[in-house]
Amino acid sequence: MAILVIAEHTHAALAAATLNTVTAAQQIGGDIHVLVAGQGAGAAAEAAAKVAGVTKVLLADNAAYAHGLPENVAPLIVALVQEAGADSYSHILAAATSNGKNILPRVAAALDVDQISEIIAVESADTFKRPIYAGNAIATVQSSASVKVITVRGTGFDAAVAEGGNAVIEALALVTDSGQSVFVSEELAKSDRPELTAAKIVVSGGRGMQNGDNFKHLYALADKLGAGVGASRAAVDAGFVPNDMQVGQTGKIVAPQLYIAVGISGAIQHLAGMKDSRVIVAINKDEEAPIFQVADYGLVADLFDAVPELERAI
Amino acid sequence: MKVLVAVKRVVDFNVKVRVKADHSGVDLANVKMAMNPFCEIAVEEAVRLKEQGIATEVVVVSIGGSAVQEQLRTALALGADRAILVESAEDLTSLAVAKLLKAVVDKEQPQLVILGKQAIDSDNNQTGQMLAALSGYGQGTFASKVEISGDSVAVTREIDGGAQTVSLKLPAIVTTDLRLNEPRYASLPNIMKAKKKPLEVLTPNALGVSCASTVHTLKVQAPAARSAGIKVKSVAELVEKLKNEAKVI
Repeated sequence: MAILVIAEHTHAALAAATLNTVTAAQQIGGDIHVLVAGQGAGAAAEAAAKVAGVTKVLLADNAAYAHGLPENVAPLIVALVQEAGADSYSHILAAATSNGKNILPRVAAALDVDQISEIIAVESADTFKRPIYAGNAIATVQSSASVKVITVRGTGFDAAVAEGGNAVIEALALVTDSGQSVFVSEELAKSDRPELTAAKIVVSGGRGMQNGDNFKHLYALADKLGAGVGASRAAVDAGFVPNDMQVGQTGKIVAPQLYIAVGISGAIQHLAGMKDSRVIVAINKDEEAPIFQVADYGLVADLFDAVPELERAI
Repeated sequence: MKVLVAVKRVVDFNVKVRVKADHSGVDLANVKMAMNPFCEIAVEEAVRLKEQGIATEVVVVSIGGSAVQEQLRTALALGADRAILVESAEDLTSLAVAKLLKAVVDKEQPQLVILGKQAIDSDNNQTGQMLAALSGYGQGTFASKVEISGDSVAVTREIDGGAQTVSLKLPAIVTTDLRLNEPRYASLPNIMKAKKKPLEVLTPNALGVSCASTVHTLKVQAPAARSAGIKVKSVAELVEKLKNEAKVI
């Protein structure tokens, strides 16, 4: 029995989320195969082969997989499971990224099995913990499915060691191009700052920032700390910053070493996205703000004084 | 073009749920229920397509107990033309829901199916993708823009780090993200009119769908509580604590 991990990657490199997913696979136990489906993704496959614990890398390199279209990638995964025989893959795991969430339910339905979404802990090979109700409850669920299809929340698992492994890379000739969908375009925000879900420190701003221009104070602080910059849904809805910066139930889930919430009141929806951070700092002028109930260190102050002062003091 | 919208009845998003003392689930007794926020966006998008003359009929479907009729009436008041309730008192998995919706798709033959990207109770984010797989249709998930042209639909999707646009052949499945639109409120005259709109009740048996599940919940617990820390008096004290006590900078 082996576990199939669907790699999250940029073709040229393996994404950090893959390493957390490999750790979840290690906790389940069994051989770990990593599927890299992409175009010109040889470098990502080589990186995957070096990850400690990975026994085999399957590389499906074709234009059909260039943009991760689920109509093409899901049938590839289904074919791999079916070709490998009834008992060869016990689990299929993918990171709970926008890509993993897009593709994996399509795989589960095609295999006629239920999916378990966003696990945060492995209890045993068939039992997992996952948050429900925006993290206000944690469910322990057991699966009797022949193939367990699971997405993994990265913040629940440490990253696997990226070096030291020596897995074989097997090129797959199989091309599953459904022709149902066509990639048109992609606009990715360009940033030199670390990606939110991988950053060790995250600085986030809320409605208290008042406008998008004021986020420059957070960028300056973040650059001093080597931090990623996030925002609450209130700040996104008000149009201060783009949606991909949103931390919360409906945005990104982060759990950095240090989370600095600036001008964020602390709605349930936001707390769901950051309350597993190791250390939380809240800066808010309203001392009744709910964010202070989860903060390790609270500073009641005007953020326009405190943030520049903090930047200078570090 | 006929548009099918699937909606779910969930705990109102403003309610902070409590876990039951016996850990069998969350306490839903006497809790305010509402249409899932992402489903409201789905209804709004379908109604706008009708207002633009692109959709000719908007059919709304939900699955659950008879109380779900309340949310279906809400969707009718917002502008849907008729409703279908697949009545089931069981707690269904996303796969079972997708199978029931597939049976409704077979019956209704819509050109476009719009669903919320996830329900805020189970937080699964599966049903739309599963329905797409079972129907053999393309999927445009986490949509922030939907444009129909001829026999295809261009969907702009919210992805990690930005946005992606894909073009799908119709019929297709779309799941909504928050920025797709801002749902309207139902007016009183429309709420009254909605009471007279047709609402058909079906059962899983009548649709020939088995709702068996391979996943069961062993227990539900409250998350580890995070206790409030201390208030610092100054930025200098904060920096000192972060350096020497928390050792994070």
